[in-house]
Amino acid sequence: MENMAVGADLKLDAHAVRADFPILAQEINGKPLAYLDSAVTAQKPRQMLDAMTHFYETSYGNVHRGVYALAERATEAFEGAREKVARFINAPSSREVIFTRNATEALNLVAYAWGIPTLGPGDVVVVTELEHHSNFVPWQYVARRTGADFRMLPLTDGGELDLEAIDEVAAEGDVKVVATNLVSNALGTVNPVERLTAWAHDRDAIMVVDAAQAAPHRAIDVQAIGCDFLAFSAHKLCGPSGVGALWGRRELLEAMEPFNLGGHMIRKVQFEETTWGDLPHKFEAGTSPIAEAVGFGAAIDYVSGIGLDAIEQHEHELVSYALDRLGEVPGILLYGPPPDRRAGIVSFNMDGVHPHDVAQVLDWEGVAIRAGHHCCQPLMQRLGVAATNRASFYLYTVPEEIDRLAEGLLRVRKVFG
Amino acid sequence: MEDLYREVILDHYKNPRGHGVIADADASAEGMNPLCGDEVAIYVAFDEDGETIHEVKFSGRGCAISQAATSMLMEMVEGRTADEVSALSKDELLEEIGIPNMSPIRIKCALLGLGVLKVALHRAKGTALPEEWAGLDEEFQVR
Repeated sequence: MENMAVGADLKLDAHAVRADFPILAQEINGKPLAYLDSAVTAQKPRQMLDAMTHFYETSYGNVHRGVYALAERATEAFEGAREKVARFINAPSSREVIFTRNATEALNLVAYAWGIPTLGPGDVVVVTELEHHSNFVPWQYVARRTGADFRMLPLTDGGELDLEAIDEVAAEGDVKVVATNLVSNALGTVNPVERLTAWAHDRDAIMVVDAAQAAPHRAIDVQAIGCDFLAFSAHKLCGPSGVGALWGRRELLEAMEPFNLGGHMIRKVQFEETTWGDLPHKFEAGTSPIAEAVGFGAAIDYVSGIGLDAIEQHEHELVSYALDRLGEVPGILLYGPPPDRRAGIVSFNMDGVHPHDVAQVLDWEGVAIRAGHHCCQPLMQRLGVAATNRASFYLYTVPEEIDRLAEGLLRVRKVFG
Repeated sequence: MEDLYREVILDHYKNPRGHGVIADADASAEGMNPLCGDEVAIYVAFDEDGETIHEVKFSGRGCAISQAATSMLMEMVEGRTADEVSALSKDELLEEIGIPNMSPIRIKCALLGLGVLKVALHRAKGTALPEEWAGLDEEFQVR
């Protein structure tokens, strides 16, 4: 009986959820909008928008500055959002949570503030062929700048990390950092970050996890993963753009030099010398994205209220359905792993039709998908394509939208003969 | 909207004119649209006067707009002089393609072939690109 109850709780009613998202109730080119590009950014629920508006209308001020009531209220809301982020990923302490502009800035913070003083010739930086540029380019740059080797863990033809090749990748040199995403934004592959973390720690390397594509869609527990840093953004999680978070182990963050310098991040500034503030302030120079952080917290409340397990299950059902439906369209080539090791993302190409043309015809049908390299040019090179089409799902996606995608693809087929 | 893929565009896309390579080209260049990964290489052979385009061919891959526009361009420029092609404006090509209200992203696709051709001709002549096209070689990563 208990299991049945849990199963019932898991069920997400996406049709009901849609009522919370004002933007979805519109027509594009005379057709109802089918927004199938949540991997690039998610739409926003009214609850989150209202929380930001309410904050601006009642409690806005700068944080950690004034002694007056508004400053106190703003600080309380801002620090409350930090607590929510910490609980959301099961961080041991909210002092280990740093607000950044986005996941990219969080990863740059680690690459610069940890990587540059730490890495040198003979050291090895390991990323994967599956990385988003945000977790690839900073490491490539920092490796070149410090003289460290930059290596890529290869993929299998099925779009999964080839763990058998890992010892070879790291055969020579001293592995200092392993950086990978938890979920691939391009293929939806769910990566075995726990195993990679154990492998990294066996070599006294640190593990950096890009959770931008994972945190909105599945429960994250940094203590269970065991990683050293984890980054994600609010905007993919029903929150506003302009704010993201970095979680890092306290001892690492404390030992690191600051990333940005200026106001708020200091303890004492004198002509001769400046000393740094405590965590997390040491890494938050200047005025933070205050209302955005409040919106981030409200977005976390929203998705947590629906339940991350329910969202994951919903997307799993959608991706299985989408793989079946797209498999019925003639000339469709699907990329990536089977549904049980895949998040709510489907990457594909249509034989003889460039992705931009596919996406254009679908737009006439009101169906919004992404066409391009998804900021994963090394992966596109590995797949031997310039670009792919990508449909991606979230808690407000309904199967009818996948039907419209499949029907739209038949129309593309018709246009291009 | 449907004008974007009207019959003539699809015909040029599926049956590109002047598709191929000229081995001993007098002028050539290749470029890409980094945003979408469209690629075009263009080869030109001059008449004995060294001015008139005797033959022009292209190869490449990419979206229907980039490939069809380049195919149409091949028909437009054969028999014209390098100077005439140099003076050919963006608007003239867009008019020939005949798609009203193309979005800025797709206009870039449409102009890729003409840009690569212009760079090829100006390089062969050792002259600078006209102002409207300055910086084009970088934008299209022309090699």
